[in-house]
Amino acid sequence: MIPAAFEYVRAHSPDEALAQLQKHGADARVLAGGQSLIPAMRFRLARPAVLVDINGISSLDYIRVTDGTLSVGAIARDSAVEHSSWIADRKWSLLHDVSRVVADPVVRQTGTIVGSLCHNDPAGDWTAAALAARASVVVRGKSGARTLAIDDFLVDSFTTAVSDGEMALEVRFPVPDDRSAGSYQKVERKVGDFATAAAAVQVSLGADGTLRTAGVALSAAGPCAVRVDEAERLLVGQKPGADLIRAAAAAAAKKSAPQGDLRGSVAYKKNLAGVLVARGLRQAFERLGVKI
Amino acid sequence: MKVKVTINGVAYERDVQPRTLLAYFLRESCGLTGTHIGCDTSSCGCCVVVMDGGRAVKACAMFAVQADGHEIMTVEGLANGGTLHPLQQGFWDQHGLQCGYCTPGMMLTSYALLKQNPNPSEAAIREGLAGNLCRCTGYQNIVKAVQQAAEKMREPVSAR
Repeated sequence: MIPAAFEYVRAHSPDEALAQLQKHGADARVLAGGQSLIPAMRFRLARPAVLVDINGISSLDYIRVTDGTLSVGAIARDSAVEHSSWIADRKWSLLHDVSRVVADPVVRQTGTIVGSLCHNDPAGDWTAAALAARASVVVRGKSGARTLAIDDFLVDSFTTAVSDGEMALEVRFPVPDDRSAGSYQKVERKVGDFATAAAAVQVSLGADGTLRTAGVALSAAGPCAVRVDEAERLLVGQKPGADLIRAAAAAAAKKSAPQGDLRGSVAYKKNLAGVLVARGLRQAFERLGVKI
Repeated sequence: MKVKVTINGVAYERDVQPRTLLAYFLRESCGLTGTHIGCDTSSCGCCVVVMDGGRAVKACAMFAVQADGHEIMTVEGLANGGTLHPLQQGFWDQHGLQCGYCTPGMMLTSYALLKQNPNPSEAAIREGLAGNLCRCTGYQNIVKAVQQAAEKMREPVSAR
């Protein structure tokens, strides 16, 4: 399983990378961590004629919090998030959970968050988390940069809104307020396997103890990660409780549209999606000190 | 494409196709067959090597051209002359291997792990090795081997 031949180009700045991407158009792919792309090339599921390696662009290797936004650059590794000093704060618990279950610890030292979003695997972890956290992605092309809500960025399986000649530079997560917490629940057969099902949850509580905001998303539940808008609508404005969790979980199971495979049947995976949303909500509430 | 990679302190200059994976470069271009290829798709960890002194990477999911200008450490670089590295001694003493196929990857992942965390708990060792599969040992003795090595490596050099 050797990849098809390709031309390799090393970019030293975003401008250089963009110039190469514009020169080669649809034939070119960005190589960041490569932990999904390279195996895909080995299976000949991907056959880019040109790879533009951005690993040498040190200006894209950052994770910073400014003006209420957490910004993660295109070559920041999963492990950098996992080992950030601020990550232990409960308001970041969703990202913390995700950063500890993506692939395996060795892959996480090379794999990137932005790359994972761009790969947009139906069973990806960061995609569901980005939906629940209401992230946005900065995409740059010839005519400048645009910022896309993650819902608009994720188009279909392995397809994003990044056009030929463009690249994703950064993912932005709004900094949750202090009475926020999240959870990521994933069932996998073994470490490093794709999720059988996974659920991302992010909630915040208002002063009166009702839910001010709610983000609920599923992975391995359709062509790409999916927001469970009905569950979000049910949750906002309500006090956390067992019945509410049950209703949100039922909405998630209904929304889930997985494919049956060796990891489980459609019915099993749909049920599991609901179970995981319930577990995620329970854990997020627990992290906020709310007893159900 | 010309690449220059320092492997275990020795500079290797080779002409490779961009599609040559680092694992194959090490084995076939450089003759360093200690790096094993297991699953070939970054799932098993047999091919793990250490890059630039502290980062474990799966050599089957990286192109040799990406290692240009970098330092790679393979299992051949662990021993110091005839003296086994504490990790190798640990695997020997604790029976951390049976068939030995996963062992180079286990040791190199552990090497990077101990660089980052010289005093890991048992849970941290198990978590750190979660991307390395072994079909023989049941892992218990691998964990013991890493624990022994960690203890040894924390001792001052003069006491070894």
